[in-house]
Amino acid sequence: MSEEVSEPIEVLRLPVELEYQYTAGKSASRFLRGLQQGKLLGQRCPVDGRVYFPTRGCCPQHGVPMAEEGSIELPDVGTLVTYSIVRVPSANIPLELPYVTIQVLLDGADTVMMHVLGECELEDVHMGMRLEAKWKPEEEWETSVGNILYFVPLDEPDAPYESYKEHI
Amino acid sequence: MRDVAVVAFSQSPSVRRETDCNEVEILIPVIHELRTNAGITNEDVDFVCSGSSDYLAGQSFAFVSGLDAVGAWPPVCESHVEMDGAWALYEAWVKIQMGYAELALVYGFGKPSMGDLPLTMALQLDPYSVMPLWPDAVSIAALQARLLLDDGVVSERDMAEVAVRDRANAKQNPYAQVKGDFSVDQILADPYLVSPLRKHDCSPISDGASAILLAAGDRAKDLCKRPAWIRGIEHICEPQDLGVRDLKRSRSTEIAAEKAGVRAGKIDVAELSAPFTHQEILVERALGLGSETSINPSGGALAGNPIMAVSADRAVAHATSGPCLQQNLICVLEG
Ligand SMILES: [Zn+2]
Repeated sequence: MSEEVSEPIEVLRLPVELEYQYTAGKSASRFLRGLQQGKLLGQRCPVDGRVYFPTRGCCPQHGVPMAEEGSIELPDVGTLVTYSIVRVPSANIPLELPYVTIQVLLDGADTVMMHVLGECELEDVHMGMRLEAKWKPEEEWETSVGNILYFVPLDEPDAPYESYKEHI
Repeated sequence: MRDVAVVAFSQSPSVRRETDCNEVEILIPVIHELRTNAGITNEDVDFVCSGSSDYLAGQSFAFVSGLDAVGAWPPVCESHVEMDGAWALYEAWVKIQMGYAELALVYGFGKPSMGDLPLTMALQLDPYSVMPLWPDAVSIAALQARLLLDDGVVSERDMAEVAVRDRANAKQNPYAQVKGDFSVDQILADPYLVSPLRKHDCSPISDGASAILLAAGDRAKDLCKRPAWIRGIEHICEPQDLGVRDLKRSRSTEIAAEKAGVRAGKIDVAELSAPFTHQEILVERALGLGSETSINPSGGALAGNPIMAVSADRAVAHATSGPCLQQNLICVLEG
């Protein structure tokens, strides 16, 4: 009588799927609702007065709660702190190649925001450029940073290196 | 051994679903209150340790954002356990014993209401043969309860009595989630949730955070009039496979209690953090607690997040992790 030998199991597929209902939180919700109205909200640390962008519940440096009253509206102009020209596609980024990702220091803020640069030749991109946000039409605004399509160069002299060197 | 004590404590209320705040925003006021009450600043703390779960948060490295509530500049000496905050406390205690810290900030936080907690807990089971069946945490506990009932180790009435006691005690605890006066007969008339467990046998799902300050020797005396000295702390883990463990007793609690010196003197207060009534009975028996001990004056886990024992001469605190009391931590405190 011969014993039946089955193939050993070498691979087991065990998909895991869990659903979560995520809450942006009080401070992020304030920021997102501000965006819906075309406002860029930052928040001032009560200890040293630094302005964080976007709003957050707590100063990550001092660990002190930042109250809603500390929210301040920032202008949609700033300085290009650093950038990268992207020539490789990513699955979740629908932008046409090549494009320029930038870090912008909004006037009055002490932290940078990440976005993309538009209406600018690649060879003209440089640190210190003054920029302005290009918004979607107002009727399309939602609770998203996507309300800003991209930043465009301003016809202004460059910001001095000293003014943004801490943020590179 | 160095003398180490709990010198301050703070917590958020336990709530079924925190709708406005994210995980970190639940934690922010808790840590702020702890530091304010203890009269210390960030510079005074030389070790920070947290306990939380990325599975509950639904994102990897979720605990890193928790550091916002601490303030991490200039850089802090920090660690994290993917466990209950009690194990973070253990790590901080070890750090102080080794002489690497004098004052440690320990916190635990979680917002399980974001996901499906009983199903998420399935992920801690054997990943090859048990987890793929997706047994939820309540069903796993119900199997253990069935075993205990069939063997006469506990009765449904014993279990209901635990719920009645804890819920009544929780009336004194402003942070507790489930509290009030109930009668055993009344709650035994309720239908089964997952047979043989009724709703009162299961701890509620709670969003919340708590924080503790641990200090060594004279530092503790400077910071607090009556520090709660840690006289023994131990945690023991049993095998993951439910089939190789004796589910009718909690061996790991027995061993941890022995090593932590629970029997070395009278215990005034015991705070047990068992998520199901039958498990609380097993822990109580494993600790050998008698009528001289007040059990779960806060209401315990069955009422919400338990608070650490306060205003007692000698107290024992318990925490558990894993399915069916797999891992247990025992801490003996003296005032
Ligand atoms: Zn600050």
